[in-house]
Amino acid sequence: MQVAAWRTATVLDVRPETATAVTLRLGLDVPLRHRAGQHVVVRLTAPDGYTAQRSYSIASPPDDGTVFDLTVERLPTGEVSPFLHDVVEEGDELEVRGPIGGWFVWDGDFPALLVGGGSGVVPLMAMLRHARRTGAEHLVRLVVSVRAPDDLYYADELPGPETMVVYTRVAPAGATRPVRRLTAEDFGTIDEHSTVYICGSARFADGASNVLLDAGVPPERIRVERFGPTG
Amino acid sequence: MGHCSYDGDVAKATRGFFGRSRTARDPRLPPGQYDAGTDWPVLNAEVTPRLATDTWTFRVEGLVEQPTTWTWKEIRALPGDSYDGPIHCVTTWSKFDLDFDGVSVDTLLAMARPLASATHVVAFSHTGYTTNLPLADLTGGLAWVVWNVGGQPLPVEHGGPARLLIPHLYFWKSAKWVAGLQLMDHDEPGFWERNGYHDRGDPWLEQRYQGD
Repeated sequence: MQVAAWRTATVLDVRPETATAVTLRLGLDVPLRHRAGQHVVVRLTAPDGYTAQRSYSIASPPDDGTVFDLTVERLPTGEVSPFLHDVVEEGDELEVRGPIGGWFVWDGDFPALLVGGGSGVVPLMAMLRHARRTGAEHLVRLVVSVRAPDDLYYADELPGPETMVVYTRVAPAGATRPVRRLTAEDFGTIDEHSTVYICGSARFADGASNVLLDAGVPPERIRVERFGPTG
Repeated sequence: MGHCSYDGDVAKATRGFFGRSRTARDPRLPPGQYDAGTDWPVLNAEVTPRLATDTWTFRVEGLVEQPTTWTWKEIRALPGDSYDGPIHCVTTWSKFDLDFDGVSVDTLLAMARPLASATHVVAFSHTGYTTNLPLADLTGGLAWVVWNVGGQPLPVEHGGPARLLIPHLYFWKSAKWVAGLQLMDHDEPGFWERNGYHDRGDPWLEQRYQGD
């Protein structure tokens, strides 16, 4: 599988998701044609030729590929994410390469349990959006874990019968679930035919994996994407 | 909207980007990499496995005269070797502060005796993970099976009880939870390589993805 060469995307829109996350809408004249769950690499080049590149998950569902969204968490000591937050504006050009990844992808053709921690919801959002767009909502269940309501990405769009948000530190007013980490109860009955997609920090991914393994999910049914501090 | 720019072209500068100070850029850093300092990010695609050393094995098979399986005790009893130097992850971090103890792959291959027809290797893990390599990248003091880092047992999230270590290539080649090597007479893409990553992965040539 060839990964396409670098090409130039135009920033069409920058909008905040939370205090520490922005979504960049990028436009291309040659379609990207991604699958839900894939990522792209963004490369920045300084005037002296120095470059820095980082991978970011695509948040938008597969479509004609000329417009796609990246949601970027700001890592305070990072080199690339603060630039994407503080400097990039509509009309700028960014070099991108991709789409990349053929494992942590879901094409909408089998049941999927999606488990995201914090910014790990981004590739899962592409899957949820794909399911909703294609009438496959009955195949997905999305469980998102965040510390507090202010940390939730896509807060307006997420709610639905196929999604659930759990809070580990601060819950919204009126919540009945105690604030705590994910437990087996949060998953309810797990469809034994589901493939599980877990995305988040290494700590979150291992914690969620252990809950699901202890609940009897075989390890070969679990796909994991760990977000490292890649700034 | 944009226009295409291709590998090998001099990239156009990104408006407003100057990057971190390069006055003290470490010459050990390959292009496009940064020093992760004391962080050691964890990136793998499968569940961190629960492996016990009393049932752990390592096997060399395929195009060898003597297919060989070592138990944990047996591999630990082989003459030891160590590596102290940089590692480079394709996600662009590098680290300089790690030292590993284990056994040289040369020692293991000397016991299994590769056939002259063997040119490539698929390293496989107890999780089912695979990665492919030219045999030449595993011989001549370039590769190890390691079980200690910094004098301590390798943590499970970093591939413990033992992982492959091939530090001159991007770190996805250094299979975590390694279970063995299969020697072959042709190249066959492994897990990430089927998913778009490079078959060799030399960080100094920035061989990140297929086609680089």
